Amino acid sequence: MYVAVKGGEKAIDAAHDWLAEVRRGDPAVAELSLAQIREQMSLAVDRVMSEGSLFDPDLAALAIKQSRGDLIEAIFLIRAYRTTLPRFGASRPVETDTMQCQRRISATFKDVPGGQILGPTFDYTHRLLDFKLAAEGGSPETPTQDTPDLAAERKPHVMDFLNKDGLIETAEATDDTPPDLTREPLELPANRALRLQNLTRADEGFLLGLAYSTQRGYARNHAFVGELRIGKVAIEMDIPELGFSIEIGEITVTECETVNQFKGSKTEPPQFTRGYGLVFGQCERKAISMALVDRALRWNELGEDFAGAPAQDEEFVLSHSDNIQATGFLEHIKLPHYVDFQSELELIRSIRTAATAQADTRLAAE
Amino acid sequence: MSDYNFAYLDEQTKRMIRRAILKGLAIPGYQVPFASREMPMPYGWGTGGVQVTAACLTPDDTLKVIDQGADDTTNAVSIRRFFEKTAAVGVTQATTQASVIQTRHRIPEEPLNEDQILVYQVPIPEPLRFLEPRETETRKMHALEEYGLIHVKLFEDISQHGQIATAYAYPVKVEGRYVMDPSPIPRFDNPKMEMAAIQLFGAGREQRIYAIPPYTQVVSLDFDDYPFEASKAEGACALCAADHTYLDEVIVDDDGGRMFVCSDTDYCESRRQAGHVGAQGTPMGKDAA
Repeated sequence: MYVAVKGGEKAIDAAHDWLAEVRRGDPAVAELSLAQIREQMSLAVDRVMSEGSLFDPDLAALAIKQSRGDLIEAIFLIRAYRTTLPRFGASRPVETDTMQCQRRISATFKDVPGGQILGPTFDYTHRLLDFKLAAEGGSPETPTQDTPDLAAERKPHVMDFLNKDGLIETAEATDDTPPDLTREPLELPANRALRLQNLTRADEGFLLGLAYSTQRGYARNHAFVGELRIGKVAIEMDIPELGFSIEIGEITVTECETVNQFKGSKTEPPQFTRGYGLVFGQCERKAISMALVDRALRWNELGEDFAGAPAQDEEFVLSHSDNIQATGFLEHIKLPHYVDFQSELELIRSIRTAATAQADTRLAAE
Repeated sequence: MSDYNFAYLDEQTKRMIRRAILKGLAIPGYQVPFASREMPMPYGWGTGGVQVTAACLTPDDTLKVIDQGADDTTNAVSIRRFFEKTAAVGVTQATTQASVIQTRHRIPEEPLNEDQILVYQVPIPEPLRFLEPRETETRKMHALEEYGLIHVKLFEDISQHGQIATAYAYPVKVEGRYVMDPSPIPRFDNPKMEMAAIQLFGAGREQRIYAIPPYTQVVSLDFDDYPFEASKAEGACALCAADHTYLDEVIVDDDGGRMFVCSDTDYCESRRQAGHVGAQGTPMGKDAA
């Protein structure tokens, strides 16, 4: 006798228990602490904060631990937590020219006021596995040189020097409240502020692919890294009762400004144009990708032609950039669909019956 | 779960969702954009339905959750548990006892009444999406009531296959105005959409809510010479002998032997309780649970 499959509840509980067990791994191996993840997996923590849209290294470390290192899963945990937090206000715009830079480079000028700081980068490492680390190498022998005076110094944006000669488009300051796609549904066309918000939360891999496609000729925009800076910025908030703003904390951000070649269009004179990327934490690849994609999406306001490239297509980019939406919808096809499948089965059977009957009649007629 | 508000979402968010629901009820079939929140379950798992349910629930409600017509599919279990935990509402498997029913892919067989709300989980709310991928375009088409494209698609189906080759998510026109996606229910369920209960549709990832008020006209698109047909597998349920319900096909042995059973498990069970016995069913006695 057939008994309909029951036991979904039991199966879920058992699956959760099993998951907890494999998450922990071999109990003979010491358990990871959040501090270890926060300190030694800091770029993973940064990515989770940036795509999770929540600056909290400890929570990001917890999410990474809970998700067994699946960063999209960790980002999801952070997003789901973030959405429950009350909003009691908004900060003032961060002033990135007062950033305490741990890294600051310009690819367009050999030297710039404030100096270039290479900082902690993989850029010039040789990618050779360091087997000393496998032997639990401990701490680096020479402590890193302090760069307090460099870091403390105010560093003007490289782009401002170009701007003085009118060689680059002016990015007009505005006091308009930017839209917020975590509070309003995304409606198109979007303005640049909304696009940038979407891009800064976007999946790093998706943005990287899109940015790369522009470099390979799908809406090429000839980007130079005018400046890339990473460091701490102060977050200030206006307190109405006080009548002035106070600093409520510091966050680390990566900012990338690109200078893009531009031959001019029907509406704009020949001058350099800008792409902009700003993300939480140290996420250079993401910030540069963001700047390239931002620039590609600006074709309309600059009077350029739409080349039909994916990176130029606002609706395409903004609708598919969010990895939490993407992974959810992609993976939902694991859920049961047997009702739909059954209706498809019936349909294909009936179409086949009709088709075979027709073929038979044709054969008989011949 | 005292850290979270009743039914998980904060009151401001629920208010925002209720406004979208009311707008949807005022313009039947129209897709209302809403600021969908990240839920603690993935997009595609019913986050739209969950948000709509959360906005509708009161502590006195009794909730039923089904997926593919069944109360015990894993995702239905998971969503039901979510609301048991976050809203502490009563839950039931009996269609007649539920005040709010969240569903994925089915409409219960038992006709619903005026005191009930049916909440659908919707993956792609736009009935024109696979004809025109751009939202900016499809919104224009709805605004202008420009539905020629979808009729052309149905016509092409007929010329190619001799029938309309859409088995589920079969498009409907609501109250003579908006063409609407009924969510991926089998077309067998389409005629049930003219009902006494309120029907709410939530698409979380796509940030849309839409609605059908009670007793609203819902017409499945068709042609005079090719009228709409609500199809299902031939035959009767092997357990309860119902021949008027939507049937699932179940493969029962290695040779591909199969049987058909009601997809609505609650309906099937109540029929068996009432003494109906199918070809492969056993009478449901007191001791034969």
